Amino acid sequence: MKPADIIHLAETELDAQRSYKHRINVCCSSGCIPFGALKVLKAFEDAVKEFGVQKECKVARTGCIGTCSVGPAVMIEPGNYLYQSVTPEKAREIVRDHVVLGLPVKDMLYGSKAYFEKQHRLVMKNAGKIDPYRIEDYIAAGGYSALVKCLIKMSPKDVIDEVWLSGLRGRGGAGFKIGQKWTFVARAHRSPKYIVANLDEGDPGVFANRTLAEADPHAILEGMLIAAYATEANKGYIYIRAEYPLAVDTLKKAIDKAKAMNLIGQNILETSFSFDIELRLGAGAFVAGEETAILASVEGNRANPRPRPPYPAASGLWKSPTLIDNVETLANIPQIISHGGLWFSKIGSPTCSGTKCFSLTGKVNNPGLIEVPMGITLKEVIYDIGGGVPDNKKFKAVLVGGPSGGCLPDTMLDLPIDYESLTKAGAIMGSGGIVVIDEDSCMVDTAKFFIDFCVEESCGKCTPCRVGLHKIQETYARIIGGVGKPEDIQFLRSSCGYIQEASLCGLGQTAPNPVLTTMRYFGNEYNEHILQKKCAAGKCSFKHNVKEAEI
Amino acid sequence: MALLYFIYKNRSVPYSVVQRKALFKAENRRDSEMLKEDNRKVMLEKTIKEHQYQASSLLEILHKTQELYGYINKDLLSFVAESLKLPPSHVYGVAAFYNYFRLKQPGEHVVTTCLGTACYVKGAEEIISAVEKEFKVQRGNTTADGRLSVFITRCIGACAMAPSIVVDDEVIGKATKEIIIERIKLLLEGKKP
Repeated sequence: MKPADIIHLAETELDAQRSYKHRINVCCSSGCIPFGALKVLKAFEDAVKEFGVQKECKVARTGCIGTCSVGPAVMIEPGNYLYQSVTPEKAREIVRDHVVLGLPVKDMLYGSKAYFEKQHRLVMKNAGKIDPYRIEDYIAAGGYSALVKCLIKMSPKDVIDEVWLSGLRGRGGAGFKIGQKWTFVARAHRSPKYIVANLDEGDPGVFANRTLAEADPHAILEGMLIAAYATEANKGYIYIRAEYPLAVDTLKKAIDKAKAMNLIGQNILETSFSFDIELRLGAGAFVAGEETAILASVEGNRANPRPRPPYPAASGLWKSPTLIDNVETLANIPQIISHGGLWFSKIGSPTCSGTKCFSLTGKVNNPGLIEVPMGITLKEVIYDIGGGVPDNKKFKAVLVGGPSGGCLPDTMLDLPIDYESLTKAGAIMGSGGIVVIDEDSCMVDTAKFFIDFCVEESCGKCTPCRVGLHKIQETYARIIGGVGKPEDIQFLRSSCGYIQEASLCGLGQTAPNPVLTTMRYFGNEYNEHILQKKCAAGKCSFKHNVKEAEI
Repeated sequence: MALLYFIYKNRSVPYSVVQRKALFKAENRRDSEMLKEDNRKVMLEKTIKEHQYQASSLLEILHKTQELYGYINKDLLSFVAESLKLPPSHVYGVAAFYNYFRLKQPGEHVVTTCLGTACYVKGAEEIISAVEKEFKVQRGNTTADGRLSVFITRCIGACAMAPSIVVDDEVIGKATKEIIIERIKLLLEGKKP
């Protein structure tokens, strides 16, 4: 296949798509399938046949539309009519009324308009619109044109310059400048060079990367290919959680299709550029998402992090220069190349350009996958997009950044979402989880939950994390068991400081965040628990569990 | 019932029913004997060969082993270690490090509760406690009669419909303890829900 063939294919495919008057996109992502999305898809196909409108109506299996709480979701184009909680019976009704008669079924349409209004879909622009199993759909939507542009018009240095200009920062949590990272790898004059795409989304409560892989796998592949072209890498691995079977399947098929079309492999599009991509399955270790631990895991070892320097850019996989990027970062790349770095740098806030995908969950009315420009406030996310807290309960806290993030109270809701502001408030961007907590939850108990998680997931290599977290866990067991002492607070604070300072990797360095933020913003709850043995939320039993408290 | 379950569990393996019956018999024999006989071992060997006996493919091979056998016992671990020319301690270390690998045989029915943040906030802990109490089994273990295992997992990614609980490969979203206990009871009675 030649570069011109891609453009030709896009045109043919677009012509084919234009011949349909309606397109029914049925969301078949992991969120909607348990609610029966595949049956709904079948029902739509049958109904279209039954009414004899196959020629004017296309039924497509797509990835996540974003409204995961009201699945199965179905979007009908043109007009972007979004139907919620569709059942096979209702599918027939929709085809009859909407497609055949042209009358949208009003009482089944998704209610909250604000859910989409405040979002800015960049990475997820194809999600819910294209069939992830068809590479033609992606190409018709402008896919792989950025790769063609790189191969024909740009030198590797031009590509890196464009990424520098965009101001794109790593979406995996740390927020490192991507242009800088790529320059480091490009400058390493050793071969082979590797690229690892991080899809080990171990944070509980986060599903943004999975949704991306399920909805638009080729965007990740194209981003990787461009990164490989810019840094002159030879081989790429996508490290993905085995707990995401549908995403694994989608990516596998996408790689096969791309290989068949000579977009991955030797002499890509008949140029001198060669790059191979392989999948690597994770196996349920939170720490494997860490930069150096992921390398150990790809090499087939235990996911133990190692000290830096040397940084992976100098000595990574099998001691070769390695570029590690989150898949969301990579999915931004094709757009930056197509539209230019300057265009990208104007989106979002001045220090953080672009958008970020968040999984909005917990006690909100409209949970789901959202993509918002950087710099939006937490209030807008929770109240405008999320629709506020259900059942007239009172908002208590919002957890940003997964188990090693921070719990922020209602006074912090005007905080803009960007790397610096969040870090200042004690939270982190993390992999993009926003969990809303209402008055029914006890903050001491919530902090204990995260510490339990980190204790379980600590790899045990370095002492501050292994022993320190355990000590904190014991202290929490005492406080919740009703035998907490006032000096426990001071103990928690000082041990958190040691763990942050002395731990080897990101897990240990950020694990104390929930403890510190809950103590900072909800200190009165700790005092109530310790002094009055009272839990306002009624979660803690204060039954002293000897076994738990004296481990 | 056990046979049906077995066929169901191995539905991705392209065997005929006759072969499956033979496999089922083998399953009841001692594990090491079983290793020698059935053709799952052949398939495992094939996978190892495909990966060119590379030590770096250890995780992939452990995944395949678990996919074929449902869990990874000692014999299988030594077999993998031998094939890849790795110390058995290393293979055991890797298998034990990752939560995904099961080193003990799971029960006939498996209930996995998601204890991710979203599910926890929405009360998954109460559901799993109720299940533990009702069926007299601790999380991470199997009932004495080997019919029900209760596991917990950190996030299956179905957070928007929290709390979500996986009962025998089926994800149940927005679960309550009544629904889950009812469902498990039906399964244990051998009825299809």
